[in-house]
Amino acid sequence: MTSPSVDRPGSDRAARVRVAFEESILPPLVALAIAAVVGDILIIVFGQSPGEVYRQLLEGTWGNAYGFGQVIYKATTLTFTGLAVALGIRAGLFNIGAESQLASGGFLAALVGLAMPSGTPALLAVPVCLVAAAVGGGVVGAVPGALKARFGASEVIVTIMLNFVVLALLNYIVAAHIHVSETLHTPEIRAGALPRLAAAFPVFSGSAANTTFLLALATAAVVWWYLFRTRPGYELRAVGLQPDAAEYGGVRVGGVWAKTMVLSGVLAGVGGLNYVLGYKHYYEEGFGTGSGFLGIAVALVGRNHPVGVVIAALLFATLSQGGLAVNALVPKQMVDVLTAVVIIAVATAVPEVRRALAAARSGVGGNPPKAGRRESGIDGSRDSSDSRFPIPDSR
Amino acid sequence: MSGVAAVRMAGIVKRFGRIVANGGADLEVTTGEIHALVGENGAGKSTLMRVLSGMYPPDAGTAQVATDGKPLRDVTGWNTRQAIEAGVAMVHQHFMLVPTLTVAENLILGRELRRGLALDLRAAEREVRELSERTGLRVDPRRLVSDLSVGEAQRVEILKTLYRGAKVLILDEPTAVLSPPEVGELWKVLRRLRDDGGTVILITHKLDEVIEISETITVMRAGRTVGRMKTTESTPRTIARMMVGRDVSLALDVKDGGRGMRDEGTSGGGPAVSSSLIPALRVSNLTVPSARKPNEVDGVSFTVARGEIFGVAGVEGNGQTELIEAITGLRVAASGMVSIADSSGTLRDVTARDVRARAETGLSHVPEDRHRRGLVLDYSVADNLILGQQHRFTGGASVLDQARIASNAASRIKTFDIRPPDESLPSRALSGGNQQKVVIAREMGRPFTVLIAAQPTRGVDVGAIEFIHDQLRKARAEGKAILLVSADLVEILALSDRVAVMYGGRIVVTLPGSDASAEALGPYMTGAQGTAA
Repeated sequence: MTSPSVDRPGSDRAARVRVAFEESILPPLVALAIAAVVGDILIIVFGQSPGEVYRQLLEGTWGNAYGFGQVIYKATTLTFTGLAVALGIRAGLFNIGAESQLASGGFLAALVGLAMPSGTPALLAVPVCLVAAAVGGGVVGAVPGALKARFGASEVIVTIMLNFVVLALLNYIVAAHIHVSETLHTPEIRAGALPRLAAAFPVFSGSAANTTFLLALATAAVVWWYLFRTRPGYELRAVGLQPDAAEYGGVRVGGVWAKTMVLSGVLAGVGGLNYVLGYKHYYEEGFGTGSGFLGIAVALVGRNHPVGVVIAALLFATLSQGGLAVNALVPKQMVDVLTAVVIIAVATAVPEVRRALAAARSGVGGNPPKAGRRESGIDGSRDSSDSRFPIPDSR
Repeated sequence: MSGVAAVRMAGIVKRFGRIVANGGADLEVTTGEIHALVGENGAGKSTLMRVLSGMYPPDAGTAQVATDGKPLRDVTGWNTRQAIEAGVAMVHQHFMLVPTLTVAENLILGRELRRGLALDLRAAEREVRELSERTGLRVDPRRLVSDLSVGEAQRVEILKTLYRGAKVLILDEPTAVLSPPEVGELWKVLRRLRDDGGTVILITHKLDEVIEISETITVMRAGRTVGRMKTTESTPRTIARMMVGRDVSLALDVKDGGRGMRDEGTSGGGPAVSSSLIPALRVSNLTVPSARKPNEVDGVSFTVARGEIFGVAGVEGNGQTELIEAITGLRVAASGMVSIADSSGTLRDVTARDVRARAETGLSHVPEDRHRRGLVLDYSVADNLILGQQHRFTGGASVLDQARIASNAASRIKTFDIRPPDESLPSRALSGGNQQKVVIAREMGRPFTVLIAAQPTRGVDVGAIEFIHDQLRKARAEGKAILLVSADLVEILALSDRVAVMYGGRIVVTLPGSDASAEALGPYMTGAQGTAA
């Protein structure tokens, strides 16, 4: 393919940074605007004023310490599941099993917390529970990873199916052996409880926000560092973008898949600490229902970037908590609809806006020049740009 | 009909953002001629033709087309549908066929013949067969496209345009994927089309092709038209000078464009030090399976010595890809042995080792498909310049040493003249020639004993070809062993000290470079000779 000649001036790095910024910020904003318009229509259908509903939504979340604390609490779990999904996608894997990895991590942490004597110092108990949660999630993640690396089994199918298997198994164990009678949860753990944020900042009092949130932020930073600053991260991203090129570069693609699924499971599993160690101090059936699946949306909206994931987790947590705040005006389910609209808007608007941006830059509509763009050949080979997920390689 | 313009384009400007692909390009093509549009990669040939075929609207300039004996009419900014209706169609470099459909199904896609609710495939097959016989583009309409060779797939692409009534046929680098016999077939078909009153525009940068097939030549450079001449009044040298804007040493200089090569005594025009004959790569009895058959490579043995370029010619799909993959560790061989010399010159058996271990022993590899294997297109140039070496660019533990990655990139970009010289650009944004330079810089810029160069100049412009060939000769002079696998016979003949031909997974003949020629190798490449033995 003959590619166009380039007459760019020596250094336009500033321009490129601006372009990258536009490409990462503008599309989600457009998506949110679309979601807001749909939300307006819905609110008007319910006979309420959109301004009033949004005001109450914000007041009930970011407007007071309790609401904000609840947002923080919900965002913590979503950050972990979002990071789990995002890490998988970076390696070209679609982990739909965060749901059961989260539950399994929480379950194992609770078991270990129960097993330790009640006087165990937190300095020992918390790390042990953390490792237990990581193992719980990692083991559930390891299964689809190993099956994919060894037999080429689709991780999508395996993780979906494992959700049923693992959740049913955990429910059985709790119901049959260790539940507190009349409930679906285990007894309270004896050691390893994490302090609530209210302990340090009394304004949060009553909310579930706890120090796991700080762990979530630290984890996001570590994931960023791992992806963009280490050799395994370099290889992981290469596998996700172009497995053939990674293989050529001496990377064992199957090994990266197996390892990444374990790490993805670990991230989701550690998310279980938020509820078990930070909030209720026991494992309860269905404590994280939906958080695993919402993690997929968090990764999508956060564009598989750790920073984006944290922001997206806060967004979805706000919507979730805000649903409770506006319950008096509109049904709580309206916010669920709004959440779905955000996801659909991001999924459709983001690629559209990026295309429009590229077209605007190239001066005319459509067809931005793409050096090295290949149409599918007769051998069925495909370019990485046809991949299932748009993976920006921005840092 | 001669003298009547079929296409007239004037002052075409086409920009993509800051990139000017066409900056005032002109083209006039006469009805019933084969017109060669030549120029380096990035000269804007494909863009100009995409404007003509309706894929891009131009930013300025006019395009006029005359078909079916009508006068020229303005078609500036039309779309592909209008272009096809007017009989202007383009055959792209990368085929646009559905692999899981048959030839006939691909041809009728979008204009299906129906009988009631069902497709009338039988009628379609009949139509396709008739067209196929009339034009000499022989291909079985009932075969699946995925089962076709590259040459056959190209015939289907051409048939598809003719089926839709193309009068002006644009071909973008059609011979890049063909063997010499297939090229000969293509020329016959194009001449037949021309003789039937059709007009052919051929985008190419292979000068021997231009001389052989075209009547008129338009030369483009940096987005502009720099010359138009009768083929009979030009030579490869004058065309090349016009393309590049300066004198270039052509591979053709050594062997006169693939014709009359036998008369030349020297092999590859370089001083070969193969007389020492110290083996650096030894392949013994290698059998390699593919998804299709258990012996895609069927008991191949050869040795490449230090300071030698060993060329492997052959029509693509005869086991070359699998051979390379088995040597580099990308594919597991069923049986046989691969040995590579380490830095001390000792041959090491690497049969059981992985890709990285083989690279560490001393193997460099320029892969045949840089877009699939050679580069992570979304990675920056700097990151691509460490691919395969990433474990050598870590500081403590596994942390990448950004400073060293940057300085490595800076020095490679300088030494290998990669443009634009910006290591933070995604590799996708580079031209084909510069992308290949990134691969070459990475693989030849580090210590190695054996280089596997697969299609090293595919889709690369004349200037870069010259550069890459120089690098290969230099590496040979330094005592490296080079296994050159190329579908470009001219390249093989220009560089190789010995030439082998692969056919049906076997090496059917090995000749000294001095005895090799297109005439001598052709029969082996088609399997007409050497297979019984």
